[in-house]
Amino acid sequence: MPIVKSLRTIGRRSINAVWRIGYATRFFGMTLFYSGLSFRRFQLTVKEMFSSGVMSLIIILVAGMFVGMVLGLQGYETLKRYGSESALGSLVALSLVRELGPVLAALLFASRAGSAMTAEIGLMKATEQIAAMEMMAVNPIARVVAPRFWAGVISMPLLAALFSAMGVFGGYVVGVVNIGVDEGSFWSQMQASVDFQHDILNGVIKSFVFGLAVTAIALFEGYDAPPTAEGVSGATTRTVVQSSLAILMLDFILTAFMFQGA
Amino acid sequence: MERTTLDLWVGAFVVAGLAALVVLALKVGNLSTYNVSESYELQAHFTNVGGLKPTASVRSSGVLVGRVTSIVLDTERYEAKVTMSIDKRYQFPKDTFANILTSGLLGEQYIGLMPGGDDVMLKSGDEFKKTQSAVVLEDLIGKFFTSSVDAK
Repeated sequence: MPIVKSLRTIGRRSINAVWRIGYATRFFGMTLFYSGLSFRRFQLTVKEMFSSGVMSLIIILVAGMFVGMVLGLQGYETLKRYGSESALGSLVALSLVRELGPVLAALLFASRAGSAMTAEIGLMKATEQIAAMEMMAVNPIARVVAPRFWAGVISMPLLAALFSAMGVFGGYVVGVVNIGVDEGSFWSQMQASVDFQHDILNGVIKSFVFGLAVTAIALFEGYDAPPTAEGVSGATTRTVVQSSLAILMLDFILTAFMFQGA
Repeated sequence: MERTTLDLWVGAFVVAGLAALVVLALKVGNLSTYNVSESYELQAHFTNVGGLKPTASVRSSGVLVGRVTSIVLDTERYEAKVTMSIDKRYQFPKDTFANILTSGLLGEQYIGLMPGGDDVMLKSGDEFKKTQSAVVLEDLIGKFFTSSVDAK
């Protein structure tokens, strides 16, 4: 009976999905629970901050610069119609600090560092390094997963701040140096409209949440990957897809909470 | 445990990230304008505050002298009561005008102070007696229409 068969498939998939969510939650809880080691031996976390944070610097800085430059160009084109080119500074800064900085930096981080984390842990599992650690009574979650998690969580807000700062600089280069918007009004309008608590701190909170989400997804996908070449590649793809979607959805939710009405 | 070049890179990364935050806070944001060393509070009643918001600037002759701290509806007079904190360096005469002005056609609204000639200065907790409300564009257009009908 084809109907029974398809019903069975649907049921099996739903149960599997719920199962996986439960497993992911437990994995996340275990990561938090065994986080002690990544702070007691902070060197482990520092090493992972190098491979996820420092190695993402160049792409973040270059991307931030170009995004800021595009914002400068497009913003100028639009604002010119209303004769308010002087508001270019606040347009560039607000859109970067509130949205583009945290979101784009997190998307880049997910594809640059998140995918690498998944592939690394997936391959560790495939080559039975994780199993070997367990044999030696080394907790792989404390030794491998938690330092990567905290490295990502610490790196993400810093990367987002660098992205925004580079973007503002890029907007300045195009808007003031190239096009010739008045420098004084560029900075003063920016400072008048960007509020430290409301805009900058909320941006930092956003990037912190994105850092949590991206690294948690990347680490879980790696840990849960089938120990085959195909399994690892599938897990890497899922990391990028799921964390990008998670970033955008979380961004909507956070924005709705942070900027409603005010 | 020894120092490694890796530590140097991670250290540089953290320092750069924190520096970016500081730049955002001071150069992009308004944190640098918050540290008004010492301030005193003044109040004013307006029949309509328009789009004035807390943290809007208070300017005199275009110079930033303080910020709006709160806007509430005074239910005794049914008028908006605006509290602002003014930098202690600046004193204003008792007959100073407080107007709600707009920077540019579509810019943000702020309070402009026009000092009068009185010898007595406003003290903390005092109120501006002479105020002018925000110009509401709809009212302006309405007046324009009624006056043009009258002219016919």
